[in-house]
Order: sequence, then C-alpha cells, then structure tokens
Amino acid sequence: MKRTELVVSSLIVVALMICKFLLPKPLLFSPLVSTIVTILIGCAFLVIFILTVKGKPIERRIVFLVVGIALVFPFFMKVELPIRISPEVQQVYDKMSSLPAGSKVLAAFDYDPPSAPELQPMADAFMKYAFEHDFKVIMMGLWPQGPQQANQSVEAAWAYNPQWMPDSADEKVYGVDYVNLGFQSGNEFVILRMGESFKSMFPADLYYTAYDSVPLLKNIHNFSNIDWGVNFSAGKPGTVEWVQIAVDRHNLPMSAGNTAVQAPMAYPYLNAGQLIGLMGGMAGAAEFEKLTGHTGKAITFLLSQTYAHVAVILFILIGNVAFFLNKKEKK
Amino acid sequence: MRREIPIAITFIVGVVFAVSYFIPREPFSEFESQFGDWFGIIAAFAIWLGAMNLMKISIVKIGRKSPDYFYSILIIVSFLMIVFFGFFEGYKGIYADPQFSYRDAGTGFNWIYEYIYSSLSATMFALLAFFVASASYRAFRARNLEATLLLISAFFVMFGRVPIGDMLTGWLPDGYTMSGWANWIMSVPNTAGQRAIMIGIALGLVSTSLRIILGLERSYLGGE
Repeated sequence: MKRTELVVSSLIVVALMICKFLLPKPLLFSPLVSTIVTILIGCAFLVIFILTVKGKPIERRIVFLVVGIALVFPFFMKVELPIRISPEVQQVYDKMSSLPAGSKVLAAFDYDPPSAPELQPMADAFMKYAFEHDFKVIMMGLWPQGPQQANQSVEAAWAYNPQWMPDSADEKVYGVDYVNLGFQSGNEFVILRMGESFKSMFPADLYYTAYDSVPLLKNIHNFSNIDWGVNFSAGKPGTVEWVQIAVDRHNLPMSAGNTAVQAPMAYPYLNAGQLIGLMGGMAGAAEFEKLTGHTGKAITFLLSQTYAHVAVILFILIGNVAFFLNKKEKK
Repeated sequence: MRREIPIAITFIVGVVFAVSYFIPREPFSEFESQFGDWFGIIAAFAIWLGAMNLMKISIVKIGRKSPDYFYSILIIVSFLMIVFFGFFEGYKGIYADPQFSYRDAGTGFNWIYEYIYSSLSATMFALLAFFVASASYRAFRARNLEATLLLISAFFVMFGRVPIGDMLTGWLPDGYTMSGWANWIMSVPNTAGQRAIMIGIALGLVSTSLRIILGLERSYLGGE
C-alpha cells in the first residue's frame, strides 16, 4: 500500500470518528451496510493472511489502519449484543441492591482520565443507581484527579435525570445526599488514618466546608459508620490498599471496579471473600450497566471493543499460522 | 549524626507500625496516628519537590538547548498555566458566595482538565491498542510451552470477555461457553499465580523492611 493511500485511509477513519461525535443526529448504518462492512473487514484479514503466509508480512502502519477501522466502524452499527452477567459483577449488584435507602456509601475514585473510558461508565452507573435509591454518597480520591472524576459522575447522573440537579423538584442536595471530600496525599496512610477518623484526613470537603458543618458527615467518624464501600481503581493506591487496610483491619464491606489490566490482581481478594464482587474493564462496566438498567458508554462501545478483540485474535492467529507454515517449509 | 538520626527515626517508626498492627491499643495507636500524619505532610511536600525538580530539569534543558528542548518549554508553560488557574480560581472560590471549587464545571481549570488533559492522556492510553495489535501480529508466537499456554489463555480470555465469545459457543452447556472458560482462567490459574506472586513479594518486603528497620540496609540514605 502506498503512503498516500495509507494517509487517505487514515484520514477517512478520523473523519468518520469526527462525524460520529459532531453530527447532530447519530449516523447509523443499516443492517445490510453493517454486514457488508464486517465482510470487508473479514476480506482484509484474508488478504493479510495470504500475504503473511507467502512470506510478505504487512507493515506496521497497515496493522494500525486495520485496528482503526475495526474500532471506528462499529460506532455506526446498531447491533444488540447479548451481555452475559459474570458472577463477580452480579455480586457487586446483589450487595448494592441489598442496601436500604439512606445507606451510607463510600465511593473512592482512584483513577485518572487515561483509565476513565473503562472506569467512568461504572462510576456513572453507580452514581445514577445511588441517587435513584437514595443512598448517601461520600466521594473521595487517593489520586489527585479522582475528585474531578467523581464530579463528572454526578454530572452524568444529572444528565440522566435533570430532576436531581440543584433547584429542581427532586434535587439531590450537596452535603445532605452526597459530598465530595476531595483528594488527600499519603496513599495507604490516608486509608489507615480514616480507619480512626475521616476528619483527620479530610478536615474540609472539596468546597472548603468544615467536616463538622456538612450535615451528611455529622455521624460519620470512621469506616464503622459506612454501610458499603466501592473503589474504582486504576492502580496504586487502589483496590489492593483498600482491601489490606479498610477491609482487613476495619471490616468495611467493599466492592471494586478495576481496569481490565488491573483486575487479575484483585481476583485473589475476590475468591477469599475480602471483596464483594469485582467489575473488570469495559466488559465489567457493560455488565454493571445492564444490571442497573442504566445503559451508558460501556454498552454503547462494547461492539467496538468486540471488533478490536477479534482483530487482535486474528492477528495473533495469522502470525502464528504463518510462523508454523514457514517453519515446516524450512525443514 | 547524619546517618544515626535517620536510622533511629526509621527504627522507631518501623517498630511502632509493626507493633500497632498486632496491638492496636494505646500508646501504639496514638503513635501510629501521629506518624501517619507526618507521612501525609511529607507526601504533600514530596509532590512539590517533584514539581520543582521537573521545573529545574526542564529549565536546565532549555538553557543547554538539549535535543527536543521544545518539549521542556511546553512542560513549563503547561505547568504554570495549570498552577495559575488552580490558585487563582481556588482563591476566588473561597471568597465567592456561594463558594465554589476550582475543579467545578465552568472554571478554567476544569476546562483545561476536560478538554486538554483528559483528551491527551486518553489518546496516549488508546495508542496502546494499536501497538498491542502490531506486537500480536509480529512477535506473539507459540515458540515454547510457556508462550503457547499464554497464547491459549489470551485467546480464551479475549474471546470470553466480549459477547461474541458466548454468541459462538452459546450452544455449549452453561460454564463451558467462552465466558465460562475465561472466568475459570481468571478465578483458578490466574488467582493461583497472583497469590504466588503476592506471597513472594510479601516475604521479600518483610525481609527488606526488617533489614531497613534494623539498620542493616542503608542504601536509602545514599551511598553504601
């Protein structure tokens, strides 16, 4: 493929992405067009397979282009995917749904924007569910960007139901229904100190209101006053630290949402019963959205992820088939 | 004294933390709280130290006109811009009625966060997908038993984590579909491996911590 052809193809992919987000009315392919596009992507892989087997592996830029196409075109397809709920996500939902209205929930937002595509959908679905069921939500972050991500999930809930916005009929009052404690440096030491006193680590909330002046925090001194904790984590400090200190030492019932890369590290805690459920990556977020009934970005973009996974698997298979065929020929 | 005092502080703090884990009573719990506060203060200073160090390195690079010093200029400009909006709007927010945070929607800081920082960092992270695909095609080969096992696990987990896996194997009994296999891989072999790694790390940490607390390991003081 010539350089100009590559550039033009890449520009088309980028233009399509811009169209997706800028057009006032969502552009959607008909089922026939979707099928044709899928077949064409399949044909591209067939050509790549033939070329690779012939000993002419495709260059890196074409791999990038194919992945780009596999990621972008599904944005325009309307395909209902059957989402099967995994036991670990079901556990999170079961715990959350067992809480009565008025339960005090601690939500730790320990991630930053790079991990938001995976974790924000979980956080958004959680916040909508929490507002819907009148939980009292205490948000905080061990990552500096955490409190801002928490605010974004509140805004997502407002967008879902404008009646929850300030000065609306069913307003969720800041300081009464939810509070953002902000960020505190110190990693696991923050959790350790919170075990004795939340106030020692957060003398004021994000809006400089003294801890004792926030109505929601009146009777909350430490983890023993919290009914359930949920941690959205992309690394350290995150789920591991919360389990080791808040769960093990202070018996806080806790669930977690992790990035797909981090989730395998949390499984030992899940199987040991230290974590009540685990949402892993965008797939976990999509399952959680389905359970809560709040379809969001995870379900919407799961088709893209499906195509990307299939593309990577096909690349692995093609590379290995060619590798073994060439090895056989050499013998 | 430059070595003895830090070693003494390390010893006292280390012993107090170790003892307070097993005896969470006075006076150990009080000491633990105090030391925890100290740690918070030191960590807050460390953020500033890190930021100042970044500035120093960038300024030196610009002064020497090192290769790619343009990026150092970008670092300094971005840093100062964020600091300006953070402090200015933070100060304004305290005295406003009603009070607001510099992180609230509508502030300049939040605009930079949402429309520059978030987009750029998400883009950098998203590039991984392209490099993973390229590496899968060019380098991920079943050359030996370990690589083959890794490849098979990757195949099942990647298929099992997206709905197409179950669409293709939905006719199989429950638990034997792609998602069932992916769950089994994550819950059994993955957990076993992770536990082995965690226990290994914990044992290493305990022995290293003991060496540090007892003053046998002094490399953290510099030299030796």
